[in-house]
Amino acid sequence: MRSQLTPAHAVSALLISLCAAVPYLASALDEPFYVIVFARIMVWAIAAISLNLIMGFGGMISFGHAVYLGIGGYAVGILAFHDITSAWIQLPVAMGLCAVVALVFGVICLRTRGIYFIMITLALAQMVFFLSVSAERYGSDDGLNILWRSEFGSGIIDLEDGAVMYYTIFAALLGCLLLQWRIVVSRFGMVLRASQSNDTRVQAVGIPTYRYRLAAFVIAGVMCGLAGFLQANLERFVSPDMMNWHRSGELILMTVLGGTATLFGPLVGAVVFLLLSEILSTITIHWHLVFGPFLILVVLFARGGVMGLLGSRAARD
Amino acid sequence: MDYVLLIEQLLNGFQLGIILFLMAAGLTLVFGIMDLVNLAHGSLFMIGAFVGGTLTLATGSLMLGAVLMVPAMFAIGVLVETIALRTLYRRSHLDQVLATFGLILFFNEATRLIWGPEGLAVPLPDFLEGTVALGAGITYPLYRVVIIVIGILVALGLYLLVARTRFGMLVRAGASNRVMAGALGVNIPVLFSLVFGIGAVLAGLAGLIITPITQAAIGMGEDVLILAFVVIVIGGIGSVRGAFVAALLTGIIDTMGRSFLDVILLLFLSPNAAESAGPALSSMLIYILMAGILFFRPQGLFPPRSATAAP
Amino acid sequence: MLKKIVAAAALTAAVSSPASADIKIGFVTTLTTPAAVVGRDMRDAVELALEHIGGRMGPEAVEVVYGDDEFNAQKGKQATERLLLRDDVDLVAGYIWSNVLLASAPVVLSAGKLLISANAGPAPLAGRRCHENFFNISWQNDQTPMALGELLNREAIRSLYIVAPNYVAGQNMVAGVERVFAGEVVGKDMTVWPSQRDWSAELSKIKAAGPEGVFMFYPGPAGPAFVKQYEQAGLIDAIPLFSVYTFDSISLPLFQEAGIDAVLGSKMTQFWAPDLRNDQNQKFVAAFRKKYGRYPSFYAAQSYDSMFFIKSAVEAVGGDVQDVDGMRSALRKAEFPSVRGQFRMGSNHFPVQNFYERTVVEDADGNWTTSVGPVVLEDHQDPYASQCEMGG
Repeated sequence: MRSQLTPAHAVSALLISLCAAVPYLASALDEPFYVIVFARIMVWAIAAISLNLIMGFGGMISFGHAVYLGIGGYAVGILAFHDITSAWIQLPVAMGLCAVVALVFGVICLRTRGIYFIMITLALAQMVFFLSVSAERYGSDDGLNILWRSEFGSGIIDLEDGAVMYYTIFAALLGCLLLQWRIVVSRFGMVLRASQSNDTRVQAVGIPTYRYRLAAFVIAGVMCGLAGFLQANLERFVSPDMMNWHRSGELILMTVLGGTATLFGPLVGAVVFLLLSEILSTITIHWHLVFGPFLILVVLFARGGVMGLLGSRAARD
Repeated sequence: MDYVLLIEQLLNGFQLGIILFLMAAGLTLVFGIMDLVNLAHGSLFMIGAFVGGTLTLATGSLMLGAVLMVPAMFAIGVLVETIALRTLYRRSHLDQVLATFGLILFFNEATRLIWGPEGLAVPLPDFLEGTVALGAGITYPLYRVVIIVIGILVALGLYLLVARTRFGMLVRAGASNRVMAGALGVNIPVLFSLVFGIGAVLAGLAGLIITPITQAAIGMGEDVLILAFVVIVIGGIGSVRGAFVAALLTGIIDTMGRSFLDVILLLFLSPNAAESAGPALSSMLIYILMAGILFFRPQGLFPPRSATAAP
Repeated sequence: MLKKIVAAAALTAAVSSPASADIKIGFVTTLTTPAAVVGRDMRDAVELALEHIGGRMGPEAVEVVYGDDEFNAQKGKQATERLLLRDDVDLVAGYIWSNVLLASAPVVLSAGKLLISANAGPAPLAGRRCHENFFNISWQNDQTPMALGELLNREAIRSLYIVAPNYVAGQNMVAGVERVFAGEVVGKDMTVWPSQRDWSAELSKIKAAGPEGVFMFYPGPAGPAFVKQYEQAGLIDAIPLFSVYTFDSISLPLFQEAGIDAVLGSKMTQFWAPDLRNDQNQKFVAAFRKKYGRYPSFYAAQSYDSMFFIKSAVEAVGGDVQDVDGMRSALRKAEFPSVRGQFRMGSNHFPVQNFYERTVVEDADGNWTTSVGPVVLEDHQDPYASQCEMGG
């Protein structure tokens, strides 16, 4: 991972600087719309990073990961609905709930492997999805509007200010990237990666991989819950659609598109996926006709996603 | 009176199970033999509905449309396999998910361009309209009876094909050990194309057969696809028998949930609570079933005999 | 990457603003997914309206920029943001779906712009969360089913079975009927929306319950599928079927194609019908049929109205659309030729209007359409208006 500089590193550095500069660029170009676009992209990137942690480095392909986006989001929405707007309550509740749910789901899911793991994560996520659809008090299908963003109770972090909201998300993104890196290079991360390629051998050495995998599953859930907290605040709106299986699928797509098991792959994937949809969809309403084959071409010719194409050695195999 | 409703609902569940089986059979074979996660299997369901529907409208006969659809779907299946999917077999499941998701987007948009956003309505021939009396006070829509009969016949034919023919032997060999089958001198590319073609025909048949009931709509395959994945995972990947049992189980449990759950809930809950919990719980039922089965049997009800077929 | 973004921004700007019009109206509807059939009707009607007003409102040239909600609240909100922030529209109209409108409304209203719903009429925006800059030019969700409940009472239906999709509009429709219907509801099924397309279990339950009437609500292409299965189950001649928003000019051609004769004579309620007699409506329906070769749906009628509604306000302020206060007071008067005939704007900015009985019939040319009957509810105001305290 600490190999020589490749184009992948350069692109990653460029992307981070771009994210930092977007509010200035946007106001200079008089295109305020792109501030929201990039804020949204960064939230998705955080969710994709959390998925990459278990999917890329741990080989656990979760097809229900968006459920934590929903839980994190609904924690904000429901508490705000009951006039509890303090971030010091909302954020711990959002992340704590995700931890509990991820722990329970992890215990059930980690008994299985491969496609069975994929499907059982889907099944569990669907249950929470249908629960939210039937919650009439909280808007069922229509979702909940959030009138006030989370309050940190200090003059410094006022999320109602668009720029503060943007840089809060940016800081969270940097934090998650850093955390991902620390985890991956730690002993914990090594066990995780080793258990992906040969679980039996790692267990034979006497390491209880189950606990490591479960811990990673919970960490990923909590990190995605943070993304949900940020998304709810950014959009001022939560709905069951946040945890629809389509969203879980899109998270997988972003991660694979950027390059699984790379540090910056999820961010790159989120940028390419969302920016390309944004641009193509304004050109023609038949944009799926172009976007679909593009995804196939990426798989066929860019092994290891965009990062693989850029020569990141961490990507794939 | 009550047992009449019960039997009718069993038939309804059976009929849903049949449709799921037609989808799942191809999916489980493709997955089991080629180790390919094909999200675009739902698109074949949709294409079958639109192509078969167009042939039906052109010829004026649902039978003729269905008969003509078989070679058409086989050709489409072989074409998709050769052009887009063949290169994916050696790739990771994640690459396959990404690429076949791309195929879904493409097929949906292409269908919209060709047939327009409003979809396609296919009329039932007069002789299939109406209901039949099944005795004991039970009347049931004739066409749904026909679906059940066709499904059982197809299942039987598929069973004979897989269990009694040389082709079936190769398929089974492929499902349990791909490398071995290759070593035995089997022409793997041709076998794969054939299996995929058959899967496409079955999915297309399911799509066409349901169209006089639900109409053809863009994206109609995606929700069925998820159910079909549930079915093959419950049944055990690569097992046609497992797919059949799991499909019927899923169909019946889903239907029973929709029919009787609210009544059952009334025994425990207040009418208001039952009314809001009923729909939620009945939509969850098959997922609870799947999670439960996987918890106790992590490889499904009928796991493939050799572990090498499992990813 | 940076270059790419600048280029993309330039490209999209070039694509989306062909001419620099004086007034830009954003119009959010569904242009992709199967629900795009509705969006197409709305878009066609807006284009027809623009043609009829010569592309001008008062002294100003008008341009309509369309946004696609992709049948999804989150995407609809994004489309709204795109219209406001990138395309710099002066006001926003459209919206088919309640959930898309609920998610998008705060974006428009916090920007201080006018928002005009051409279809969605969710309860919160009519009551507690009403807003001085929000107007609805269609109806409030509860009104049409309330009219249907009244129709059921008039038809002396004593026992009713209800089938509707389990989402908010579905729940509203059911609540509306139940609020007015005097008989007994013997059964009720709320089904998974929008994926469920096979109602075998529900139909068996209806048959077992044996009610005197069935009320159903399935908008878009799901409606024909339901009725087809209702017929296949042998119920259509046995139990009369009542509905709202299910038989319209989008679905009736599909019924006709599929040869489901039994829907002829089926009854519903609505604020408008293609054969409602007034000059504006006759002109609209004739021109729409001539241009597009089909009957307009109520979605089209409302969208057509929305353009004349906006035009009346633009003219009142002499083309100065920045004068939101002036525009608002003009909109409150609702002085424009509406295809529904006379109506007034209620205190919560939702129409106070008549609701008519409609019956599915075959017209002189053999096309299936609906024919308007007697008034069921006269000058009806939605039940949420009293909860609205307009303050902004």
